[in-house]
Amino acid sequence: MLTVENLEVTFSTGAEDVQAVRGVSFDVARGESYGIVGESGSGKSTVLRAICGLAPTSAGRIALDGQPLPRPRDAGFYRRVQMVFQDPYASLHPRHTVDSVLSEPLAIQGFDRRDERIARALDDVGLGQGFRFRYPHQLSGGQRQRVAVARALILEPQILLLDEPTSALDASIQAEVLNLLDGLRAERGLTYVLVSHDLAVVSHMCERLLVMQHGQAVEELTRDALRARAAGTDYTRRLLKASVGFTREDAA
Amino acid sequence: MSLLAVENLRVTFPTRQGPSEVVRGVCFTLGRERLGIVGESGSGKSQTGRALLGLTPAPGWASADRLEFDGTDLRSLSARDWRRLRGKRMSMVMQDPKFSLNPVMAVGKQLMEVLRIHGAGRAEARRAALEMLEAVQIRDPERVFRAYPHELSGGMGQRVMIAMMLVSAPDLLIADEPTSALDVTIQIEVLRILDKLVSERGMGLIFISHDLRLVSSFCDRVLVMYAGRVVEELRAADLGQARHPYTQGLLNCLPQIDGDRRPLPVLNREASWAE
Repeated sequence: MLTVENLEVTFSTGAEDVQAVRGVSFDVARGESYGIVGESGSGKSTVLRAICGLAPTSAGRIALDGQPLPRPRDAGFYRRVQMVFQDPYASLHPRHTVDSVLSEPLAIQGFDRRDERIARALDDVGLGQGFRFRYPHQLSGGQRQRVAVARALILEPQILLLDEPTSALDASIQAEVLNLLDGLRAERGLTYVLVSHDLAVVSHMCERLLVMQHGQAVEELTRDALRARAAGTDYTRRLLKASVGFTREDAA
Repeated sequence: MSLLAVENLRVTFPTRQGPSEVVRGVCFTLGRERLGIVGESGSGKSQTGRALLGLTPAPGWASADRLEFDGTDLRSLSARDWRRLRGKRMSMVMQDPKFSLNPVMAVGKQLMEVLRIHGAGRAEARRAALEMLEAVQIRDPERVFRAYPHELSGGMGQRVMIAMMLVSAPDLLIADEPTSALDVTIQIEVLRILDKLVSERGMGLIFISHDLRLVSSFCDRVLVMYAGRVVEELRAADLGQARHPYTQGLLNCLPQIDGDRRPLPVLNREASWAE
């Protein structure tokens, strides 16, 4: 459904160019959940932003159902593809109520029955009507991230791009948000591309994953291969080892 | 003999609704060991760490029935006495090197400042600072010595912070989420440095973190905090036998590479835990 071929992203900062993504390719099937794992600076978030048209692509091709994406992205694209950002403290406008956050995409896309849709979106993410006229500062981190998910889902998109959706949240809240995302996907047959630094989160949420380092794809793994620790590269093995926690043996 | 003894530590902040206690009666003793304090945001773990160093931010205040560091009663210290103790005998590594290092001062100068204040000569301070940078596994200490904080990566910055806190060879180090801002592979390297320094120098370490799994793999003992109280104290090795439903819940709600529980168990908080 979503195809990325030899994607390159270059940021020009005056004298020197920074190549954030250097030739990344992957395919995401309809209804699949695809993970991208890597450390900070590996270019994983930049890939998502490039799909969304938020980062300048210098080479390569991104296609949705075989159709290359228009530049800049049109409203039809955002109707089908929505993104949830990492930090719910930064991604919601502090002076907009939940209601206006949710009405804006509906107004842009010219949806009818807005009132009803907002009410349903809030129910879907487990918040309910009581939260409709609150401001972000009146919500906890987990509640804010639910609002961000509701904002993305209200357009009934087919693909959700999730950029570290739980890394700013406490462990117990992370479980709630992951369950919510998991349930919504099962219920609506959504396609996810999820970026995370946490192998456990990706293993829980995604059937396939791509490991990135220094802007390049290191390797692609299935969930089963990850569980069997069948990593083909040293870098992935190091990530797997680090995800277990601190071990005294290898201090030597 | 215990290095630090804390009894009934309380930290209070005034609010419009009246005083709010964020740390409520924390008790523990620390020897020359690694003690972990774990809890979610707002559990009072960082305020506990700050109170031990007398760094409770105004207008908050801390009180305790007993707060003793190596035989010194910390409750009655004057500002001058605190300055003698802090940095020299007990110090604290903060979460984010970007906000904790002085941005307009070269790293080496910041490291030397600690030693100079506590009475070392210039040449001696310089030598000790360079040695310390080497001890935290910085490959080119001379270069880093001259560098400014913005010229360093996150992992390097955190190593510099650790070097700065350890250069005076304190007896107690409080590390507040020292690795949370770092990537996993670098996180392990930084922990390894801390681990080595603790075992070589016989330092006491209080490691504050939200990451129960990481803490239990690193520390000897773990205190689990919830709503300003210690709800459970465990030997790290016995984490699997945690009794309190909050500790169990925290452990269970983490996704695992191997596990396939759907939905993930969520934490049902009970009002009685906070009482």
